[in-house]
Amino acid sequence: MHLTLVEPPSSPEETPQTPQEPHRVSGGLLDPRQLITSLPEAVRKLNPRVMVKNPVMFVVAVGALLTTLSAIKDPSIFAWVIAAWLWLTAVFANLSEAVAEGRGKAQAETLRRTKTDTVARRLLDWRPGLTTLSEEEVPATRLQLEDLVVVEAGQIIPGDGDVVEGVASVDESAITGESAPVIRESGGDRSAVTGGTKVLSDRIVVQITSKPGETFIDRMIALVEGAARQKTPNEIALNILLASLTVVFLLAVVTLQPFAIYAHAEQTIVVLVALVVALIPTTIGALLSAIGIAGMDRLVQRNVLAMSGRAVEAAGDVNTLLLDKTGTITFGNRQAAEFLPVEGVSVEDLADAAQLSSLADETPEGRSVVVLATEKYGRRERHQGELGNAEFVPFTAQTRMSGVDLTEGGLTRRVRKGAASAVTAWAERNGGDAAGEVRSIVDGISGSGGTPLVVAERRGGRAKVLGVIHLKDVVKPGIRERFAELRKMGIKTVMITGDNPLTARAIAEEAGVDDFLAEATPEDKMALIKREQAGGKLVAMTGDGTNDAPALAQADVGVAMNTGTSAAKEAGNMVDLDSNPTKLIEIVEIGKQLLITRGALTTFSIANDVAKYFAIIPAMFATAYPGLNKLNIMHLHSPLSAISSAIIFNALIIVALIPLSLRGVRYRPSSAAALLSRNIWIYGLGGLVLPFLGIKLIDLAVQFIPGLR
Amino acid sequence: MNDTLAGWLQVLALIGALALSYRPLGDYLARILTSAKHLRAERLIYRLGGVDGDADQRWIGYLRSVLAFSLVSVLFLYGFMRLQNHLLLSIGMQAVAPDLSFNTAVSFVTNTNWQSYSGESTMGHLVQMAGLAVQNFVSAAVGIAVVTALIRGFTRKKTDRVGNFWVDLTRIVLRVLLPLSFVLALVLVANGVIENFHAVHSISTIAGDSQSLTGGPVASQEAIKELGTNGGGFYNANSAHPFENPNAFTNWLEIYLLLVIGFALPRTFGRMVGDNRQGYAVVAVMGLIWAASVAVVTFNELHSVSSAAGHAAGGMMEGKEQRFGVWASALFAVSTTLTSCGAVDSFHDSYTPGGGGMTIFNMMLGEIAPGGTGSGLYGILVLAIVAVFIAGLMVGRTPEYLGKKLRGREIKFASLYILTTPAIVLVGSGIAMALPGERAAMANHGAHGFSEVLYAFTSAANNNGSAFAGLSANTVWYNTALGLAMLLGRFLPMVFVLALAGSLASQQPVPVTAGTLPTHRPQFVGLLTGVILIVVGLTYFPALALGPLAEGLQ
Repeated sequence: MHLTLVEPPSSPEETPQTPQEPHRVSGGLLDPRQLITSLPEAVRKLNPRVMVKNPVMFVVAVGALLTTLSAIKDPSIFAWVIAAWLWLTAVFANLSEAVAEGRGKAQAETLRRTKTDTVARRLLDWRPGLTTLSEEEVPATRLQLEDLVVVEAGQIIPGDGDVVEGVASVDESAITGESAPVIRESGGDRSAVTGGTKVLSDRIVVQITSKPGETFIDRMIALVEGAARQKTPNEIALNILLASLTVVFLLAVVTLQPFAIYAHAEQTIVVLVALVVALIPTTIGALLSAIGIAGMDRLVQRNVLAMSGRAVEAAGDVNTLLLDKTGTITFGNRQAAEFLPVEGVSVEDLADAAQLSSLADETPEGRSVVVLATEKYGRRERHQGELGNAEFVPFTAQTRMSGVDLTEGGLTRRVRKGAASAVTAWAERNGGDAAGEVRSIVDGISGSGGTPLVVAERRGGRAKVLGVIHLKDVVKPGIRERFAELRKMGIKTVMITGDNPLTARAIAEEAGVDDFLAEATPEDKMALIKREQAGGKLVAMTGDGTNDAPALAQADVGVAMNTGTSAAKEAGNMVDLDSNPTKLIEIVEIGKQLLITRGALTTFSIANDVAKYFAIIPAMFATAYPGLNKLNIMHLHSPLSAISSAIIFNALIIVALIPLSLRGVRYRPSSAAALLSRNIWIYGLGGLVLPFLGIKLIDLAVQFIPGLR
Repeated sequence: MNDTLAGWLQVLALIGALALSYRPLGDYLARILTSAKHLRAERLIYRLGGVDGDADQRWIGYLRSVLAFSLVSVLFLYGFMRLQNHLLLSIGMQAVAPDLSFNTAVSFVTNTNWQSYSGESTMGHLVQMAGLAVQNFVSAAVGIAVVTALIRGFTRKKTDRVGNFWVDLTRIVLRVLLPLSFVLALVLVANGVIENFHAVHSISTIAGDSQSLTGGPVASQEAIKELGTNGGGFYNANSAHPFENPNAFTNWLEIYLLLVIGFALPRTFGRMVGDNRQGYAVVAVMGLIWAASVAVVTFNELHSVSSAAGHAAGGMMEGKEQRFGVWASALFAVSTTLTSCGAVDSFHDSYTPGGGGMTIFNMMLGEIAPGGTGSGLYGILVLAIVAVFIAGLMVGRTPEYLGKKLRGREIKFASLYILTTPAIVLVGSGIAMALPGERAAMANHGAHGFSEVLYAFTSAANNNGSAFAGLSANTVWYNTALGLAMLLGRFLPMVFVLALAGSLASQQPVPVTAGTLPTHRPQFVGLLTGVILIVVGLTYFPALALGPLAEGLQ
């Protein structure tokens, strides 16, 4: 498994997550000014050709038109109030969508500024190793697949592609927002470059891998703007249900007129339209598309680009998460966990020697030894410079050990640290005896999946083995709890690692994953995904290497790291610009939150109808059947004020819920049954009760309007 | 024993008897519907009909068979009635008028058994036995066959086959309905229900008037009338007639019979999907609604009485038989309106507004508690799909029921299903109320008159078949309109249910995890009950407000 940890852009250590605290997926806040600035766009969306795509709101718009005509014909304050509020209902629905889109538009603007209209230096004839090249200048937009271009320091890369020659540092801040440069080189998994990014040093030859107009930046712009937005399967299903509820209520009201005429209580068009609009699920109908856009937006805010809304939804459905060990479950490197001295040596002495031997060792392992010695074993912090006569012995592949030779007062102290066999051999060569005890410690560490480093020293005459440093993969704090939460949500975690099964098992147990795949090859991964899918499960994974591409394509949710190859990015259905594999868990939560928000607002919307009936039905028929006044349990002032209040409430609730639809409802990982109970109490019961209060309050105000008394 | 105690004992005995038959009958149905073996008699039938009993059909083929079978049945029955004066055992009855023949043929084929006629003065014995009674068996079996196909949609994976209609039909008739009806007919005969081939007897009453009494093969028809939730009586008075329902025991037995298959089918469902708890959840919803409805109607009939005579009688006795009393009549009324049976032992028209309104509301629920044979279960399963869809979203996953995902296609068919019946009821009633001539058919004025029309269309579209009485429905317009309502109300839902079955069967099931919405817990029972009440309540509230509510809230 290749996992390239890039230099600066937020390697996992640098983005400390705090999963121990109960967390919640949150979205950006809604700036009230956005409501105002989006208003013109909301009015523009009243265009019938736009409205017809949303059957619920289309009915509202038609109703608004009918009441307006009716108000013109038979003017009354009541008719105008209803007409005005119906138009407002439609505008508010559009407003929610416009606000949701507006947030993406700002982002698209920034991207567009970086979009390249550079001139590309296209190579006419290129073979590896060729030094004299003929080139021509073409606009970047005319570059075709497979074209080769050369880019030098200070120039903008004209299109997406793979580096085929050279190595360069590239500034990708235009896309990732991360200012520190990254290295891109030919071959391997760091060969992908993105159009619009800037080469800072050196010179590279790039083979173009995207068609004009379909570059990564083009796609990003389309995505954040919502231009490429298509309805997701689940959204379609919900729309069907809402449309059929709309039809039922339309029928219920249309057929009501003959019944009403029979009862000598013929209703005006205005009242009938008001009843229809009150009953059809306008709240969810108005907010549905905003919820979807906001879901994508929440991902963008986390620097994840989903190629389709379908992928976001699939993320909520995932049953199995394939997680790379390195970077996701453990920190990238092995770290010193403890010092195990042999008999007769104090742990302090061992720590001291280990620290000395590692002072010049700039590998993460070496640094971790120094840190462990000072922090856990209380060794004084030392620096290379303060040791007078120190000669550091660097690690080589031949010696397989490193260390330091200190000369103090004519006495030379040699400290060595390295692979068990190399250091014990060194000690034996220098007259020491490698006790059997060392071997048992070493075997114990290996058996537990760790890596042993033996420390020995020689003062003057004989060498002596001091003990062993236990290096191990350090599981990220809190990750175990995170997996427990996932289990509660019904998601199985599988750790993928290139380690041997023994090491893998030890880490798997420590991290609390459900399963692991050791010595994983791309083929193994693919087979695992297919096996899970054959059982009806949805699989999510992250990947970056070219050999991950088939698995990324096969997985239901494939998150490609931005540092990865273009093949990987092409194969996945999401790209994480931060290249942080832990984010997969957040992506799943965002997917779930999106669905929950839809369900909660649907429930709320339908439950609202009960109160509206209690407001409108007595208002319509209490003159014909005075007994029906008993249904006026809110004691609304008059029939006209009751109907107006219901319609005003219906419109205002849309605006009131825009922030919620953009933010998403609160989501805490828990079992399905617990989640359902919670949401039914809040949105079902709340939806039942709230409109009674709301309509009553509005009635208390509108009863003073002369025409509604 | 006072009435209250007797009433309670009847209700409790009924619940006990239904509970006792839940497992054996449900398991038996599951066994015969999944067995690979054919009886010798069945093989003979398949050979005669040219059916390959081992070949499963696609949903569309299954549907085509249902429709073809029903079409042939309607044509046959229509011809039978039009020509009955030329046939044997016509006991002097004339040919039935075309519109009435159409209405009646449709009515019996759709398991509605709406009757715009008086059986004793319209139908000869041969039509009753070889025409109507036959439909009582097969129309009930068609309902069970269709729900079986739907259950197979849940249990099967990645296939386009949902079973063989002819095999399901034959097995249900031969192995369930015929033997049970035979035994029960004997029990009814033993308790005083008549079974003979007598023509019309004229007798002189004590008061000196003459009265015509028609005999006939009543008991044999009575058992399947209830068991198959048909409800079409041999006599106009239906189960209020002493020849059909002579005493308190036969009354209790008839209630039990009309509920027993409906309440046992959830067991069959649980069995077939391999999780009996799913069956318990569904039957719990049915039971809750039934019990609540019994309580409402009984309470209203006992206590919401406005007339002095009613108070003297200890309850609303108008339109009820003295030999049954308020409790047993209310129990019958609720059970018959919640099952699509439509047999009556009292006149719902005479119920208190609360009680009568409840019987309308019962039918509006879509006949799902427990509903007609088969149709009740598929009705509640479709509503369960809608409930799971909304609730499933709230747990953050693409909603799934019994391992099958509910996506656009499934929701489309479920939505169409729940849209169909209200559309027929509301449009039908709306047109009737808009036509002056049809309004005149009402016996009462004001809100009550409207209730009569609303009841008629609700009854027809939901394939219940009970009548509020009061409405003179034997007119060309009503016979045609109600006939169409019955046809559409029966077969459109079947189209959607079978399409749903096909769509579900083609899916690969999703494994159950902790993230899956559990559909066997009290939580789901509450949720499904709530969705049913709210969806139905919201649809019909305006209409109910102008009928029973206006009447009751005076």
